[in-house]
Amino acid sequence: MIDLSGKVAVVTGGTRGIGRAIAETLAGQGATLILNGRHGGEALDRAVEEIAGTHSVPVVGVAGDIGLPETSAEIARQAFARFKKLDVYVNNAGVLMDSLIGMIPPDSVDQTLDINVKGVIYGTQAAARLMQRGGGGSIINLTSIIGRFGNEGQLVYGASKAAVIGATLSAAKELASRNIRVNAIAPGFIDTDMVRQLPDDKFQQRLASIAMKRIGTPADVARAALFFASDLSSYVTGQVLGVDGGMLV
Amino acid sequence: MGKVFKETLSLDPAQFGDSLVYNEVEGWDSVGHMMLVAGLEQEFDCMLEMDDILDMSSYQKAVEIVRRYGE
Repeated sequence: MIDLSGKVAVVTGGTRGIGRAIAETLAGQGATLILNGRHGGEALDRAVEEIAGTHSVPVVGVAGDIGLPETSAEIARQAFARFKKLDVYVNNAGVLMDSLIGMIPPDSVDQTLDINVKGVIYGTQAAARLMQRGGGGSIINLTSIIGRFGNEGQLVYGASKAAVIGATLSAAKELASRNIRVNAIAPGFIDTDMVRQLPDDKFQQRLASIAMKRIGTPADVARAALFFASDLSSYVTGQVLGVDGGMLV
Repeated sequence: MGKVFKETLSLDPAQFGDSLVYNEVEGWDSVGHMMLVAGLEQEFDCMLEMDDILDMSSYQKAVEIVRRYGE
């Protein structure tokens, strides 16, 4: 049993998909949660209520677009005001907008880079400051197999997720002396709303490229996040862990 | 305030004074700056805004900034 009691964890984009699974998994081990959802409202309120009710841990919701620095600042403010500490920060929020190179709207470039890249940078800044005060912590960034190996139709998404790897490696070096570990998880083909947008032929094609012959689940990714959140990874930093069932892109 | 500066930047009594300026004192580089921010936040139980962290370029400026958080 991994015990995260007394630990305070942030999960951005935590109302559904992989973020929700990570939030549930950390809460299941006793972590106090700050849950971010982009739009707030009923979806965030419901997620907060359900996770708190299921796992009997304090859960605080913070609504806001993670691509804006104010959102990370507000998350840090909430962590400081309510709990005076922060132990785990999961930069999970992300968007996926596929387009072939000649057909990428500038808006989708901006939105993808804002959320997938700037969000990680602002989150890392906010997390590092609070963790430093508490003597250390763990920052977990969600990248993607596409950020490591690329894929057609995913120029912007691939670039954004490769940037997350660069940010992870640099932050790990800068923050190691302060006992803050920074690692990334690179999921492969995971069963979320985002991949359900794929046309059936693409879906089957990707499934066929997985050595383990099954699509991953958000819980598969969440268990990797739990490893990084816990002391099981106490001497691990600057790593990118593939959670992809042996997928080839 | 002076105590945080002296301890965080490991300053000799002779080095410490109102005229301390960022990057002109050994130890007050970008890494030292973040340690200083952490020390000030801890000591005064506050959380500095990013603009204030970037603006904190001297001891006198730091005094002015932290005082605002106590109001």
